[in-house]
Amino acid sequence: MENNWTQGLGQRKLIEKIFLSAVFASTALALVPLVLVLGYIFIKGAPALNFNFFTQLPAPVNEPGGGMGNAIIGTFIIVALSCLVGLPIGIFGGIWLALYGQGKRGFIIRYAADVLSSIPSIVIGIFAYVLIVATMKRFSAMAGGFALGIIMIPTITRTTEELVKMVPRSLYEAGLALGIPKWKVSLKIVLRTAWAGIFTGIMLSVARIMGETAPLLFTAFNSMYWNFRIDEPMASMTVQIYNYAISPFADWNAKAWAGSLVLVMLVLGTTVFVKKFSQRVYYG
Amino acid sequence: MRLSRFKRITGDDWFSAITFSFAASIPLLLFLLICLLIIKSSLGFKTFGFGFIVSSSWDPLNDVYGALPFIYGTIISSLIALAIAVPLGLGCAIFLAEVTQSKVKEQVATMIDMLAAIPSVVYGLWGIFVLSPFLGGPSLLVGGVILSIMILPTITAISREVFQAVPHSLRESALALGATKWETFKLAVFGPALSGLVGAIILGLGRALGETMAVTMVIGNRANISPSLFAPAYTLASVIANEFAEATSEVNLSVLVELGLILLVITVIVNGAARFFVWKTTGHKA
Repeated sequence: MENNWTQGLGQRKLIEKIFLSAVFASTALALVPLVLVLGYIFIKGAPALNFNFFTQLPAPVNEPGGGMGNAIIGTFIIVALSCLVGLPIGIFGGIWLALYGQGKRGFIIRYAADVLSSIPSIVIGIFAYVLIVATMKRFSAMAGGFALGIIMIPTITRTTEELVKMVPRSLYEAGLALGIPKWKVSLKIVLRTAWAGIFTGIMLSVARIMGETAPLLFTAFNSMYWNFRIDEPMASMTVQIYNYAISPFADWNAKAWAGSLVLVMLVLGTTVFVKKFSQRVYYG
Repeated sequence: MRLSRFKRITGDDWFSAITFSFAASIPLLLFLLICLLIIKSSLGFKTFGFGFIVSSSWDPLNDVYGALPFIYGTIISSLIALAIAVPLGLGCAIFLAEVTQSKVKEQVATMIDMLAAIPSVVYGLWGIFVLSPFLGGPSLLVGGVILSIMILPTITAISREVFQAVPHSLRESALALGATKWETFKLAVFGPALSGLVGAIILGLGRALGETMAVTMVIGNRANISPSLFAPAYTLASVIANEFAEATSEVNLSVLVELGLILLVITVIVNGAARFFVWKTTGHKA
């Protein structure tokens, strides 16, 4: 290796200055898009927000007023459906991996979860389409919830496994020493101890899938009406924002900004709040 | 003690069996996903064979399909994203892990994490009305720039973790010799971290390849291969997003699934490689 120490002190100081300023500059530059994106959403979204936005159906073109009420409800319904798919598999799968998953079977399951997590969300959407939409011959909220649930699985599994493993072994053994069966110790002592962290993971995952659009385009599709049936197409905030954003009408574009503001507040709010909150709950 | 030829089935057996069935559904779902994608795309594969990948015509009205423009658009837009996000992301990671110990650090880290939490469709909206007009209309370049913003947090977070995994004693030995921060970084940190950094970059690439909404909204959605970065283009994920719900024929649907399968294979390989590199440095998977 070249010997730096033969360089003059001035030259070394200069290089150090260049290095530090490059690092500072790139950090500052990386934060510019955040400020720009959030700034634009607030400036453009806030004026279009009003009470009707949360309670009314979308209005037809050139008709003033209207809102995203059905899409906001739709997003929550679809997210709830995805929790039905993602949470049991993720949590119980994670528990199994932590308690029994040392062998070959555990390796295969972990590997499958890794592969699943690297599949793009739109491909998961195709899976839900082929499995559910093509079989039922219509778009449905169920299919959308299924797709988002699959996206949740790897994250929840890994979080649960890691946090259950972090629970001190002594606690587990103390429970066994009292003569409590293994399964009861696992659920009532180990899982309960790890629960705060697992809950954080679940909330982060929910915040993430709330912002997903691609897998919903051809599963939950969209709807301009109030719909609470899960076997029919359902509106969601993200798909509605997308449709409004690419439309040529200024009024609809404004609604897209307003929808984005609501969505970002929900997603970022959950993420930041949960991360702040979890720092106090964690084991250290 | 009960004497029986068979072991009594206890609550513990039920517990491990039930949790195992949930755990086992993960590989089963993955297997089902891959099988269904292969079955659904077989019609397209039978019709066009391997020529599908190198053909560049895309005409749903006459049922003529080729994947090349989409593969081209996907790869080039992701490479543009890397060209921008790698220097910036590494800069941020060096700032967070090596340069500063101040209170600003956690705030900067949180802000970069926030970039990752903003939904893709919101980036797309911003891209349509702010970035795209600024860069001269929808094009490959706008797609790449939007992607670079979206993968920056991934590259920063993983690189930071990789830097932090480098033993502190290495830095201290360099510092004890009177090295400056740059010399310490170059001599003591960069070498051991290199493999992990490669992993972080490939992980960013994997994310860029599969990203759909924001790119669809700003890339122009035209299936042509143009050497100009300012020309509109199309990506694998975008064409699926745009045409899947309105597929005109069985063949059309089948080739769209085939595009999805191509995308799946590319991203799984890329992510697998990335995990390997990160694991080599930090000892655990990214």
